[in-house]
Amino acid sequence: MTRTQSATAAAGRDIVSRPAAAGARTPRSRRRLRKAVELTVLLAPPVVLFVGFVIVPMIFAAWYSLYNWSGFGPLSDFIGGQNYAGVLTGPVFRQALEHNVIIAVLSVVIQLPVSIGLALLLNRRVRGRTFLRLAVFAPFVLSEATTAVMWYELLQPGGPVDAVLKGVGLGGLVHYWLASTSLVLYTVFVVATWKYIGFGIVLLLAGLQGIPPELREAAAIDGATPWQATRAITLPLLAPTIRIWIFLSVIGSLQLFDLVWIMTLGGPANASTTILTYQYINGVQRTQFGYGATVSVVLFAISLVFALAYQRYALRRDTAGALTRAVM
Amino acid sequence: MRGSPRPVIVAVAVATAVAIAACSSSSSSTPSTSSSSSSSSAKVTLTWWNNGNTQPLLGVWQSVAAAFHATHPNVTITVVPIQSDLFTTKMPIALKSNNPPDIFQQWGGGQEATQYTSGKLANLSSLASSWISELGPAAAGWQVNGAQYGIPYDQHVVGFWYRTDLFAKAGIASPPNTIAQLESDDAKLKAAGFTPIALGGGSRWPDAFFWEYFAVRLCSESVLQSSIKAVNMTAPCFTQATTDLTAFMGTNPFQGGFNATQAQTGAGSSAGLLANGKAAMELQGDWETSVVPALTSNSGILNDLGWFPFPQVPGGAGNPTAVLSGGDGFSCTTGASEPACDEFLQYIDSTAVQEELVSKANVGLPANSAAEAVLTNPALQAAAKAHAGAAYDAEYFDIAFPTTAGQALDNALADFFAGKGSNSTIINSVSSSSGH
Repeated sequence: MTRTQSATAAAGRDIVSRPAAAGARTPRSRRRLRKAVELTVLLAPPVVLFVGFVIVPMIFAAWYSLYNWSGFGPLSDFIGGQNYAGVLTGPVFRQALEHNVIIAVLSVVIQLPVSIGLALLLNRRVRGRTFLRLAVFAPFVLSEATTAVMWYELLQPGGPVDAVLKGVGLGGLVHYWLASTSLVLYTVFVVATWKYIGFGIVLLLAGLQGIPPELREAAAIDGATPWQATRAITLPLLAPTIRIWIFLSVIGSLQLFDLVWIMTLGGPANASTTILTYQYINGVQRTQFGYGATVSVVLFAISLVFALAYQRYALRRDTAGALTRAVM
Repeated sequence: MRGSPRPVIVAVAVATAVAIAACSSSSSSTPSTSSSSSSSSAKVTLTWWNNGNTQPLLGVWQSVAAAFHATHPNVTITVVPIQSDLFTTKMPIALKSNNPPDIFQQWGGGQEATQYTSGKLANLSSLASSWISELGPAAAGWQVNGAQYGIPYDQHVVGFWYRTDLFAKAGIASPPNTIAQLESDDAKLKAAGFTPIALGGGSRWPDAFFWEYFAVRLCSESVLQSSIKAVNMTAPCFTQATTDLTAFMGTNPFQGGFNATQAQTGAGSSAGLLANGKAAMELQGDWETSVVPALTSNSGILNDLGWFPFPQVPGGAGNPTAVLSGGDGFSCTTGASEPACDEFLQYIDSTAVQEELVSKANVGLPANSAAEAVLTNPALQAAAKAHAGAAYDAEYFDIAFPTTAGQALDNALADFFAGKGSNSTIINSVSSSSGH
């Protein structure tokens, strides 16, 4: 910020703060009352919504998870931790968790480098940049249901995907994309990547906009190659954005449901099942709502542990520095 | 659940996404006036949850409600169309609340028995005693412990739908009577370049029809009934069903990648493959006639369809005429609205309304056989004839068993078709309490 800009900002602050200065002459109790009213009015609706739609259902889920309950009649069959034992020792649940982890790892290992590469490319002045940005972001605008139905049709045996592969001479690569138990999870991952890569790129582009170009210019003057400048300046300064992306991506991978459910129902033979499709099949479809609640609680615990650990070890320096001070 | 037509998966997904919101809003919007005390002359409002969420059934149900109100001015019916699969989540919540719907979609069997434990289902036995006999044996599937807790409005029968034109092209003169004949016809169809049988394995429940029909052919009626009742499939005939099914699957009668093919969504679905002449047969319920026309540009497709019952299995103890069947119906909830609810269900099963359901809403076979005269499609007539001549009905196992066991069986069978699991995973799916 230049000197002139800060002066203007300071002047502006004076103008804005005048009514507050007048308020300083009123008795302290009145000011406190006003603050309390303001807080109540502003905070009450979100607090009520959050408690009503997040906290209370979570408490209910934890409570139901201790019962064998079909959803009908009263909660009478208390079984303690039996549902938890069933979930945690069940081979299909472990398989589902494994699939979620595979998707999360693949996201970080494959989606992230691709996103960074495309973001760096789209951050340069290339011809048709706006169009290219629009093109990569477009899939993210589609709902998961639309994406899933579209790809389900494209991936039909003998469908458009197979036709394109055959057309370019890669007919040998044609497979039963959704029917093969060894391929289906990776097919789902590719579709998820297609859908979500635009989001990662937009996030990273926003991060790149925040890096002052002067730094790269200075490095160039000092003789750094573009690759050196990217590696030593751009990527480290982009790290906070990358860390946020990883966080969102892992949580998103853990909660994968719509795409899988519409394309495969978690099948064939559980080959693409995730924790949430497992929960839907075993909790809702089989009307074992106590068991379903248990799966939800376990998924919540996994997400919470990851979120807290990630906050503690990865995001701490981002939030403790710039963000926290700015908010204070 | 087999709605007619079976809901498309898109609707499932979209609806699933809003399920939670829908659950909370609909139960609160249910008018509570219906539960207020009323004699037959007092004004009553009945809330009616049905799965007629798409045309033509949507319109037919609305006109039925209006027509009933015209002759019963004291009874107002609020029609609430709900997508079939949402009943799984909405009914437990509704039956736990103080204002469940007065009338709701009921597929009978073990699912109804599960709902019965809520104590909110009305026993219609005495109210309906004067007219239920018109429905014949069909109503038995909606009984719990011999009492009528639900009443059907249509019936479904599962059998092979086939393309008469493709059969002719493959040189098959008449549909097969035995599994051996079916297998040799499959070979002829393959030689002519057609997939013999389309299977919607991606939707899971169509897989189950094959194994269940083998079981229906192999098990005697009494073994079948006692096994369903005891939720126990350890009788040897069920294991034989797996053996015979394995042998049949060994002839590769289905299209490639059938494990991911959905039953009714789009031209690539199993019904779509039949509709577009890619496959010659599909083992499906009689809702097929309402599903197939939408999946092809061939407007005369229904004239190309024929129907034949599941073939005979050598050495089977089951009556060869027995059919795998089910249907759609309604239950009433307890409360002062019961008499009006019963009158309404009687009205729905009257010949006039039944004929309207068959001719306008393509519900399949009417619950009241008096309305079968309006069935015009020859394939559907053949299905109706086989149903009428069946020595007994075996309800689809996933509905006949309590919900938990029925769903576990469907999943175990789908896994088996996908090459995972064995006879013991199928047999044990219903009896192992966890089944996970």
